[in-house]
Amino acid sequence: MKNKSIRIGAGASYAGDRIEPAALLAQKGKLDYLVFETLAERTIALSNIEKLKNPDLGYNAMLEDRFLACLKFCDQQGIKVVTNMGAANPIAALKKTTQIIRNLKLKPTKVAAVVGDDVLAYCKNNLDKLKIMETGLPLSSLKGEIVSANAYLGADHMVEALENGAQIVITGRCADCSLFLAPMIFEFGWPQNNWDLLGQGQVCADMLECGANVSGGFFADPGYKEVPNLGDLGYPFIDIESTGNCVISKVDGTGGLINAATCSEQMIYEIHDPAHYITPDVIVDFTSVELIEIGADRVQIKGGKGSPRPEELKVSIGIKEGWIGEAEITYAGLGCMNRAKLSEEVVRRRIEIAGLQLQELRVDYIGMNSLHAEASLVSGFEPYEVRVRFACRSIEKVNAQKLVNEVETLVGKGPCASSLPRIQVREVLAIYSVLIPRSDIKTEVIYEVSCE
Amino acid sequence: MKFYLRELAHARAGDKGDTCNIGVIVYKKEFYNLILDQVTTDRVKTHFRSLVKGSIKRYELPKINAINLVMENALGGGVTRSLSLDPHGKSFSALLLAMSIEVDEVNSKILLELGRKPLI
Repeated sequence: MKNKSIRIGAGASYAGDRIEPAALLAQKGKLDYLVFETLAERTIALSNIEKLKNPDLGYNAMLEDRFLACLKFCDQQGIKVVTNMGAANPIAALKKTTQIIRNLKLKPTKVAAVVGDDVLAYCKNNLDKLKIMETGLPLSSLKGEIVSANAYLGADHMVEALENGAQIVITGRCADCSLFLAPMIFEFGWPQNNWDLLGQGQVCADMLECGANVSGGFFADPGYKEVPNLGDLGYPFIDIESTGNCVISKVDGTGGLINAATCSEQMIYEIHDPAHYITPDVIVDFTSVELIEIGADRVQIKGGKGSPRPEELKVSIGIKEGWIGEAEITYAGLGCMNRAKLSEEVVRRRIEIAGLQLQELRVDYIGMNSLHAEASLVSGFEPYEVRVRFACRSIEKVNAQKLVNEVETLVGKGPCASSLPRIQVREVLAIYSVLIPRSDIKTEVIYEVSCE
Repeated sequence: MKFYLRELAHARAGDKGDTCNIGVIVYKKEFYNLILDQVTTDRVKTHFRSLVKGSIKRYELPKINAINLVMENALGGGVTRSLSLDPHGKSFSALLLAMSIEVDEVNSKILLELGRKPLI
């Protein structure tokens, strides 16, 4: 095993993430690797729909802007890039990337695309066999049109791409942490059965996978949790050694904060049983992890453990499941709550008159209870203004449309003195999960070298 | 003395499908037993009223003075189907921190010295 240290930076943690801090990290972070993680459960399904409409699209919409801002620094400093910006179409992303490299007149660069996470055909052929994790029922029990099925791949194929000399690796759906783990496995030659080492690697990867969420993003609470210079929030990087020793930090002079508290919040974020966090590469045990502050914005991460990886991989299924209609209207001034409540009464009555079929209707009073419903700590105090929000789900688009129209006509046909309503009708893209055997997933790595 | 949980701990909520998890970390090791004793799954269930329709599990992470609350059927059917303005339940951390905690004399003194105000 080689004894060395590498630096991996997090340049994005969702599809629409900010670009300036990523460019700054590429320029000043003295990185070896820059990782852009841009997929969520829903993003991959939406990307698949986009690809259906246009076979040249379906990759991250900000890929070009991100690469235009960052790749020149990566080229100058020899920083390798690993990203899932390929989304539903890694090959189109690869072609776009080599074109960007040529336009920027950078050195010839070997770009790899990992394909094979798209298992839609497989799932459609096994509708009765595959069980939905959320409901326990077979996939065939779902009513709507299945538009996507993407498996969460692990680090293996990214490692293969790096071994074959790729400087930029583009994937579709993979586990977020695997993007960060792949450079570690490649650089340190970690054996695939050293589960504790892989577990520690995955703990460190987990710290970066939400980007700035570990460096002061989504943390500030004035008077309780102060974050210096949040506007200039810096994105994080880790220095990790082949032994798994790891320190997380950020570029000097950037805003934000890295301490045991920010790292603790990030570590627990989106895990369930901390002793048994399933990833495609290793089952991670977080319970012995220690977070030690060793300097300003520097935290040492140690104690991650692991056990053998699962034989099945999770697949995210995207399915069209009807429509959501939303409409909001504001009442202000004296008596606004009474007028708001009357508006709800009126809309409910008009739904009845129309015999409208809705699967669910929700009415929120924004400023009172819109996020926490009846668990809200409401005082007797009446606000100066209140925004009423109607939201419904229906199988047919026309019903969602009818509901928002009933809210729209409150102006003139409802209580007095309101704002103009804002309305929206959108399609529901629901997500379910199934497990499929690893051995049934056929992956492939495709390479292209950008030539001048 | 009673304090809001917010005075003792910070928290962040995350989502997976229709499951919401909240990591709760105490500001000082001394407070850890208070949340172990009082931020129980039963109390959390009551505190969240109808928001959490499924069961709640609690995991302990003593090395970082934290607990992880995992709440099922808590996100209105999941991010993609929910009618909520907060489909991820990211604001649920703030709701949890509004729980009241009965604090012993020694720890009350620590909190008051930190400038934290008790509940009236």
